Amino acid sequence: MHSFRGFLLKEFYHIFRDRRTAAILFGMPLIQLLLFGFAIRNEIQEINLGIYDQSHDAVTREITDKLASSGYFVMTQELHSTKEIEHAFAEGSIAEAIVFEPGFAARMIREGRSNVQVLTDGSNPNISKIITGYTSSVLQDYRNTALKTSEVGVEAVPLMMFNPELKSVNLFVPGLMALILMLVSALMTSISITREKESGTMEVLLVSSLRPVEIIIGKVVPYFLLSFVNVVTVVALASFVFGVPCRGSVLLLMLESLLFIVTALSLGIFISTITSSQQVAMMISLAGLLLPTILLSGFIFPVASMPLPLRMISNLIPAKWYLIIVRGIMLKGTSFGYIWKETLVLALMATVLMAASIKKFKTRL
Amino acid sequence: MRTIWFLVQKEFLQIFRNRGMLPIIIIMPFIQLVILSNAATFDIKQVPLHLQDRDRSILSEKLVKRFTAGDYFRLTGYSFSDRESIGELLCRNADLVLVIPHDFERDLTTSGHAKVQLMINAEDGFSAGVIQAYASEIIRTFNREELPKSGVNATVQAPPEIDIISSGWYNPELEYTHYMVPGILVILVTLIGLFLSGMNVVREREIGTIDQINVTPIKRYQFITGKLVPFWIIGLAEMSIGLLIARLIFHVPMLGGYWLIYLVSAIFMLVVLGMGLFISTITETQQQAMFVAWFFMVIFTLMSGLFTAIESMPHWAQTMTLFNPVRHFVDIMRRVMLKGSGLLEFREQLLWLIGYAVVMVTLAVNRYRKVAV
Repeated sequence: MHSFRGFLLKEFYHIFRDRRTAAILFGMPLIQLLLFGFAIRNEIQEINLGIYDQSHDAVTREITDKLASSGYFVMTQELHSTKEIEHAFAEGSIAEAIVFEPGFAARMIREGRSNVQVLTDGSNPNISKIITGYTSSVLQDYRNTALKTSEVGVEAVPLMMFNPELKSVNLFVPGLMALILMLVSALMTSISITREKESGTMEVLLVSSLRPVEIIIGKVVPYFLLSFVNVVTVVALASFVFGVPCRGSVLLLMLESLLFIVTALSLGIFISTITSSQQVAMMISLAGLLLPTILLSGFIFPVASMPLPLRMISNLIPAKWYLIIVRGIMLKGTSFGYIWKETLVLALMATVLMAASIKKFKTRL
Repeated sequence: MRTIWFLVQKEFLQIFRNRGMLPIIIIMPFIQLVILSNAATFDIKQVPLHLQDRDRSILSEKLVKRFTAGDYFRLTGYSFSDRESIGELLCRNADLVLVIPHDFERDLTTSGHAKVQLMINAEDGFSAGVIQAYASEIIRTFNREELPKSGVNATVQAPPEIDIISSGWYNPELEYTHYMVPGILVILVTLIGLFLSGMNVVREREIGTIDQINVTPIKRYQFITGKLVPFWIIGLAEMSIGLLIARLIFHVPMLGGYWLIYLVSAIFMLVVLGMGLFISTITETQQQAMFVAWFFMVIFTLMSGLFTAIESMPHWAQTMTLFNPVRHFVDIMRRVMLKGSGLLEFREQLLWLIGYAVVMVTLAVNRYRKVAV
């Protein structure tokens, strides 16, 4: 017990004597969350719109006005031919072109329907879909109000649960929390053991009376306490700066976040035990975790829309489970009863990784 | 010149002798490229649907059938209380609850109008919008096709329909992979390049071999060049293999010229490596170099416009992305591959990259001193 305590203290000293790294460990999550929380959004403003009106009647003018005053679009230019559309897209001066067929209003009266062609750039499908969505909602709005007919048939009344204003920040900030916490924690521990191996101080540890269990746990604990500070920072920022609600229990949120940190730290330690070079350890924990965590955890792209093999792989990403938990607690206000499964998965991952690290830890050089 | 040649040889030898790193720089990027490119899509299919049909009439069943018949929705359960339905939303068994009120059929046949409620899980605002669009489309089709058959309202005129035909000018199918693959490739190449070069000089300093180089009569530019060239070659090689994968496996179109891609890649690699080397000269340990590189890498990745649109960012953030070389490179790649743009069309981005490259390499050369700092 004595030796373990001494070992713990040593680890703490190491961390705080390296001022630059300590500053980075505390400051970077803060800066990154602030930066991305404000910058990563899905709402688009000021869409440059070009109109190719082949009809020039009252209806098309009304629709054009409605689009202009919707707040989403900026009327950039009037187009007069397909060639002009081509040119505008190639230059990048418009993001969307709307084409009204000739005789728009007349056809509407005669046949009860008319065509509007909505052309988006397409080279960025994300934006294209969002822009098309905005456009259809404006057009539908026009149809329902300006055409002054009562709603016939079945009318759908949508109720947006948990996020009534559809703010993308509510989706992204929890995701950012998961991403940043995961990367920082895994990075911190992944080099701890390899650094000792490289600098030769591992020999000293091995000849001491410390058992592998104690060494591994002794390395995780200081970073765990550090990360606790990061968790508090991150949750506070999410609530107070970005206004993400916390409808569930804050205590539960904290505990789950700590569990996530333990999982991430264990992953880092595991990486640390399987290689003897700092370079390799860092490359694995960064290059191997960055893109998979961003893409497969449900941070931006919903897991449900991925093909089956990817959905299965995403189950291996701790951030995915944590995201479900965080979004559940913060946005839906769920109690533990709804998220015990995900909590169990995280706890299991942490245990398995720790056990694997202890087994892998070689007591011989 | 011979000095540089020897240095390059030395670097290559060291890289290939490092058995642990080899799979990471050679295999891992391409595995990630192939696997992850399929992940980025907003196409939502098989949305779990929970049903609260309080009417259970012929008309309501017809409506429900339309929901479950297609590919968009999948019925996961039904109940008769709001509490249960919301419970299903909470434990993620359903993303949409369709509530059909008690007098649905009666209201429709008498007044021609009835309401149904769509409770949508809006955690992800964008997906919620998509779900709402799907449901609205189904209901509109139901109104158009089913109601006349059931003898509802021959008298009241339905409002005119505005049919929206949407497509993309480039990439008409709005294939996500065509957009994501070049972007992910850029990020992977940047990752490898930045980290390899970032750790390089620091490592030499940590293990002490930098002093051995410093006592030789080698000049600064020779040293830096000797460090840049090997990683530059590796970066371009990875780029080529990545492009091959993009064409063969993902069928990403290549409307522009390959030489353009290589030209820009060459300049881009200089930016990345210059930055890595500069980081390498201002940090003391590999750990610090790694953290700094990580910091910038995450920023470059998330603010590259690849995952979320640059147009969605506030103005100050959009200005910041001008200083993100990955943003410019992704933009150029997209333009060349998907739009067939020529040099003239992306000269602005190219100038940014060239300027960046000059600045970075100059900084790296300047910071390197042959005396122990």
